[in-house]
Amino acid sequence: MGNRIFLSDPTACTAEVVAGARLLAVADRVGPDRAWRRAAMDNLMRVVVAMFAWCMPLLLLAIAIGLAVKAMPLISTTPLMDLLTSSEWRPLKGEFGFLAFIVGTVEVTLIAVLLAVPFGVLSGIYLSEHSNTATKRLAVPVLDMLGAIPSVIFGIWGVVLIVPLVRNGIAPFFGVASTGYTVLTGGLVLSVMVFPLITQVVHEVVRTVPNGLRDAGLALGATNWETTRKVVVRKALPGIWAACILGFSRAFGETIAVLMVVGNVVQIPWNPLQAGYPIPALIANNYGEMMSIPMYDSALMFAALLLLAIVLAFNLYARRVLKRMEIRAN
Amino acid sequence: MHTPRTTLSVRGLHVNYGDHAVLKDVNVDFPDRRLTAIIGPSGCGKTTLLRTLNRLIDNTEGTRITGEVLLDGQDIYARGADVTGLRRKMGLLSQRPTPLPMSIFDNVAFGMRIHGERPKQQIAERVEYFLRHASLWEEVKERLHQPAGGLSIGQQQRLCLARGLAVGPEVILGDEPTSALDPISTRHIEDKFTELKERYAIIIVTHVLRQARRLADHVVFMYLGEVVEQGPAEQLFNDPQHELTRAYISGSIS
Amino acid sequence: MEKSTRNRLLQEQAALWMMRSAAFVVFASLVAIILTIVVKGWSSLSWEMLTSTPQGGYYLGKGGGILNAIAGSVYLALGSTVLATGIGLPIALYLNVYASPSGRSVGMIRTALDVLFGVPSIVYGSFGFVLMLWVGIKVSLFAGIIVVGLLVVPIVARTMDEVLRSVRPEMKDAAFAMGATRWETAWKVVARQGLPGLGTALLMGFGRAIGDAASVMFTTGFTDHVPGSIMDPAATLPLAIFFQLSSPVPEVRERAYAAALVLTMIILILSIFGRLLVKRSSKHTI
Repeated sequence: MGNRIFLSDPTACTAEVVAGARLLAVADRVGPDRAWRRAAMDNLMRVVVAMFAWCMPLLLLAIAIGLAVKAMPLISTTPLMDLLTSSEWRPLKGEFGFLAFIVGTVEVTLIAVLLAVPFGVLSGIYLSEHSNTATKRLAVPVLDMLGAIPSVIFGIWGVVLIVPLVRNGIAPFFGVASTGYTVLTGGLVLSVMVFPLITQVVHEVVRTVPNGLRDAGLALGATNWETTRKVVVRKALPGIWAACILGFSRAFGETIAVLMVVGNVVQIPWNPLQAGYPIPALIANNYGEMMSIPMYDSALMFAALLLLAIVLAFNLYARRVLKRMEIRAN
Repeated sequence: MHTPRTTLSVRGLHVNYGDHAVLKDVNVDFPDRRLTAIIGPSGCGKTTLLRTLNRLIDNTEGTRITGEVLLDGQDIYARGADVTGLRRKMGLLSQRPTPLPMSIFDNVAFGMRIHGERPKQQIAERVEYFLRHASLWEEVKERLHQPAGGLSIGQQQRLCLARGLAVGPEVILGDEPTSALDPISTRHIEDKFTELKERYAIIIVTHVLRQARRLADHVVFMYLGEVVEQGPAEQLFNDPQHELTRAYISGSIS
Repeated sequence: MEKSTRNRLLQEQAALWMMRSAAFVVFASLVAIILTIVVKGWSSLSWEMLTSTPQGGYYLGKGGGILNAIAGSVYLALGSTVLATGIGLPIALYLNVYASPSGRSVGMIRTALDVLFGVPSIVYGSFGFVLMLWVGIKVSLFAGIIVVGLLVVPIVARTMDEVLRSVRPEMKDAAFAMGATRWETAWKVVARQGLPGLGTALLMGFGRAIGDAASVMFTTGFTDHVPGSIMDPAATLPLAIFFQLSSPVPEVRERAYAAALVLTMIILILSIFGRLLVKRSSKHTI
């Protein structure tokens, strides 16, 4: 095989080359058996890794189908519109109206996002545009850590700090008596959970804006801030929007932290200083008795399916926006 | 010196990427034990041609290849051709040296190990041999088990050469192998090529005309995916037959 | 100075201060959370707390500690991280060595992973519940490991994918050019080059697994005992916090605070360790 030229070349017949040829001859003793085994291993692994990879879209499908199958009994007996627009929640009588839970979820999420977006976007822009290296080196790990803290820890923080703050500070300020376990409390705790995410995505997105644009802005005599606002932010706008959507969908499905501070009263919270009952809290609080009441399990799985559908829609939308930005940037 | 035989030849090769024809009806004979330089302006398909020779192009999605590449008379694109066996017969040096994420020793031993288990003693012997072969032994013999990433760029490229030689190739392919190197390291590699072409067929892509003049025995000039002219270096540089070749060599197109 | 110029500079200053205070709030909230947990948890933490199981029932019994939750959480997180790595690493290798980079499958699988990453853990928990009904397994460590493992796969796979994506394509070419098969290239070269990053991905997965509450509620259950077998139910730190914090008994609430401190410490250590791992790239990384 490989040593043919080697041996037949008289000009190369130094001692060194003879030694080399001897060594190469050893290589040739390795039979086709090994080549076959290597190819077989390669083909096997090709199938294995591809299988694992394709399991992921299937997993998504399996989750949706699994929940849908369990939710079927409820959907087939009660029209979908009634489920979504009725606020009659009497599991024992078989009445399942999700309106109160839907309103609760949306309210908590909106409060969280409205609070988190200004902070998240501003600090994201600050980090990528206006901060020095030392700040960045401190901020990035801090954001990572905030993102890694489990939600139950945020929950305990909410119970210890935010609940009293709402009970003794915010509610009396508006002349309302409150236990502190309110929709607003849930929103506040959630916003702290969401803004690291928003900050990180904004930070990433703003960094993709090409430097040439910044230089162009500055060269026209714009101040740093004017360049940021009129050039960089405008360019990064779709990404910032996507960051907010991702924050929204993260907040939407958050369970334990909200559950711990939101009060969990089945009612439509007309103002944020009332207790509410978001969908994730509903599922988590009642899994214990869901098998003992007819249709209750079906109702909870329907709730989970609802959650999945909304989060999925928001996520796919945000990913598409980000993807388009990435393509444009390249 | 005896007359060179052809070990590697390309017959009627077309490469399409999507609708775009990257190579159009390429016919080249690469002489054995000679250094062939493929020259031409950037984007003319030099690198693509090189990558078809060891079927690395297979890894680029969306390419369609027709025609033949004959190695020792066998079409490497024939159905059932042994791709890994083929690649083993071709050493590759890329633009930037690419040491593998392991020690200097393991880099050279990598090819031998994947192609067949051998006693430790023999591997060690061969590693030393090929490191000497690439004129690197003296510089690294004290730190064989340190990471290859710690070598200078020039040393890394010689390590890649040793690594390529260690699997026992017949042909050495170089894709602008000196473009990332400093002048002294470039000299090193060029000297090595001059020495190695006594035993191997060497094919390099280069955009440095002076390098082609210095090293090449045989030159292939390409333009827009076609081979415009090929022949012995002396003839091609001193008496180009084609208008385009003349223009390129004189520097009026690039 | 012209008036308009002065206005513009004032605006610049104002904007800077706004951004700085926003960043400060982000930073301060982390400090506030950690301080809260440390202040509340420190006094409850004792050797006995860490090494004994709750006595007289976790919700009302005054004695004992949180060993049940620590042990359960560690078992659960270990098991699910191993599972998630076993699935996630092949996926990352598929995306970066086997599949063609411009092909459609890569985009689809990455999107699927991103979307799965966004699926709330309560949905995973609900799905786990459905799965357990179908397959017929009871609330157990085993069920928890499966469901939490699935929850962690997207994080592990996607992080590993990003790590391997940064491996230079020339390095793959170099291995192929020597006649290495795809598998040899993937396993001996690409994975090895990404080793430190793969470690970080593992730690991230572990952190997510040990901290998740909603998915284990349905699947792992809760118990006062250290699980003796994989088919036993197991307590976990997040649920130990959640259940015991609402207890009327002050001593029980102490246990919740202690569990919170332990959990936070674990997460912070993992986070710091993961960061060090990335920075100090492994010996052989090019």
